[in-house]
Amino acid sequence: MTVTPEHLIIAPILIPFIAGALMLLYGDERQRKARLALSFGSAFALLLVALELLQRASQNPLAEGGAMGFYLLGDWATPYGIVLVLDRLSAMMLVLVAVLAIPALIYSLAGWQRQGQHFHALFQFLLMGLNGAFLTGDLFNLFVFFEVLLAASYGLLLHGSGPFRARAGLHYIAVNLTASLMFLIGVSLIYGVTGTLNMAHLAGLIPTLPDADRPLLHAGGAILALAFLVKAGMWPLSFWLPSAYMAGAPPVAAIFAIMTKVGVYAVLRLSMLMFGPGAGPSIGVGAEVLMAGGMLTVLFGMLGVLGTQTLGRMAGHLVLISSGTVLAVIGFALAGGGGAVLAGGLYYLVGSTLASSALFLLLEPMSREDGDIAAMLALTADAYGIEDAPEDEDATAGLAIPGSLALLSLCFAGCLLVLAGMPPLAGFVGKVAILSGILAGDLSVPQDWAWAFMALLLASGLGTLIGLVRVGVQVFWTTEGSVPKVWALEVGPPAALLLLVVAMTIRAEDVMRYMEATSRALHSPPVYTTGVSLAPRIADQPEDASE
Amino acid sequence: MEIVLSAAIGILAASGAWLLMRPRTFQVIVGLCLLSYAVNLFIFSMGRLTVGAPAIMPKGGFVNPDAFADPIPQALVLTAIVISFATTALFLVVMIVARGFSGTDHVDGQERNP
Repeated sequence: MTVTPEHLIIAPILIPFIAGALMLLYGDERQRKARLALSFGSAFALLLVALELLQRASQNPLAEGGAMGFYLLGDWATPYGIVLVLDRLSAMMLVLVAVLAIPALIYSLAGWQRQGQHFHALFQFLLMGLNGAFLTGDLFNLFVFFEVLLAASYGLLLHGSGPFRARAGLHYIAVNLTASLMFLIGVSLIYGVTGTLNMAHLAGLIPTLPDADRPLLHAGGAILALAFLVKAGMWPLSFWLPSAYMAGAPPVAAIFAIMTKVGVYAVLRLSMLMFGPGAGPSIGVGAEVLMAGGMLTVLFGMLGVLGTQTLGRMAGHLVLISSGTVLAVIGFALAGGGGAVLAGGLYYLVGSTLASSALFLLLEPMSREDGDIAAMLALTADAYGIEDAPEDEDATAGLAIPGSLALLSLCFAGCLLVLAGMPPLAGFVGKVAILSGILAGDLSVPQDWAWAFMALLLASGLGTLIGLVRVGVQVFWTTEGSVPKVWALEVGPPAALLLLVVAMTIRAEDVMRYMEATSRALHSPPVYTTGVSLAPRIADQPEDASE
Repeated sequence: MEIVLSAAIGILAASGAWLLMRPRTFQVIVGLCLLSYAVNLFIFSMGRLTVGAPAIMPKGGFVNPDAFADPIPQALVLTAIVISFATTALFLVVMIVARGFSGTDHVDGQERNP
């Protein structure tokens, strides 16, 4: 038995941590190449590790959808020590992070990385926080990783500076600091009631709690969920989101596309563990809130998309629609049944995250010639000499591609199809999976809820279509005279993201099978809890002579 | 002791929440500080209240757990203090930057029209 592969589970946290720390040593502007090498080395290493972990999570034939890996930090036995858990859901999210990180980094080469210090170091710390949040099996550790990723995101949001970013950053930080305090209250309430912070141990204890303690536990869970829902952008906690995402530099906004999904992930993981099937009298606590909140978020996002004029704000509202949809799906799954619906929701989550990230990368080249964002960006671009930048270093960055408008509009159309859920791309497949799951009578919620959700899902697709087509017509068909200059480095990353979506659509059956297994695993918390509580310590394993 | 502690947490949290809603950035940051004090005290109280009880057990032999304080909330409070200290410092910097850009300490960057 080899020990080394087990250590791979902690690699997604260590790689960006070490890369980010090393980068701080290369603070000088002249050492940019060293920083770049570190940054890309780390991102590609992350992708490889994540793919290997995904492979491992999906191929282990241990149990139905329950293949898992564990890493005991310091080799402490589980309820006492901190444990990292790798299952299908977390492996999927790790791959998603790595896949979003590389295009954002490539895009930043076109000039954005030079608009302030420590862009790459902060980016690595953000990746570390994201990966840690997806891997940890401990509530307080989750808090710590949330703070790591938030602290990095505060710095990244302000990257490029300017009054607009300072103001949006101020609001963003104030909202998130308050949410973090909520997080702490929730965690400590849960600890006060159950005496544990280990998620698996917690899930095992909940069915046996005395009735007197149950309301307190539910209150703790609700306050904790409040913190996650602020991040996920559930209405009415989402007013900060569109302006914050609009203010961020494009590569930053592109990676922020997964930040709402961290909130969604935490809600999904904890609600299925704590209040999912097998929680005794606490089954389905908060399901109505998630269903109603998710639907209202979709409604709010749709109205926002229809009502706004600027593409940046519209993209922020599209992120809201995507996370609202998934939140409502989680609510349905929590209320009982809904295995197929949840699988469709997860598929939709991946597809829409990739597409919204691509859309954020398209924003700036698209609106370079006119509009509010362009004016704001032009200001910073002048201040930092972004237009001259390509000449001084990379020849490829200066490659202004021919037919830029055609390529841009093609990418934009791809984003539109995915986000609106039009055939033939992934958004359509995801929505069809959700709808067919509902129609197949998979849910145990009242019919009214299901019909309302289906209506909203279709209406939000229509709203997205109208809003984005309107912008597309303005940008691509009514341009007069000058065609915007677009560097290959700027249009390549969103195109690559969309190609991934296309690949996901072509291989829809395989991806869907993975999602269904993930959904089944989430619906049987005992797989997770017994797995974690039986996680073997290395010290207990027989020594191998070959080691 | 319970009454005193819970009143302290309540008053700190209420003052913090009120200050958080105020329009000046300085009031917001003081509000956040007060709220984080309240939260830290709250975490501390979740380990049950004990007087003069050590958190670290001596080595070897039987020890009576009742005579010791729960060490985990203390560790959590320590972490929470460090993190909230760091993020508050960061917030302070952003606050000064925003003040420099907009010339006002209103949270929206402009005074509300009368």
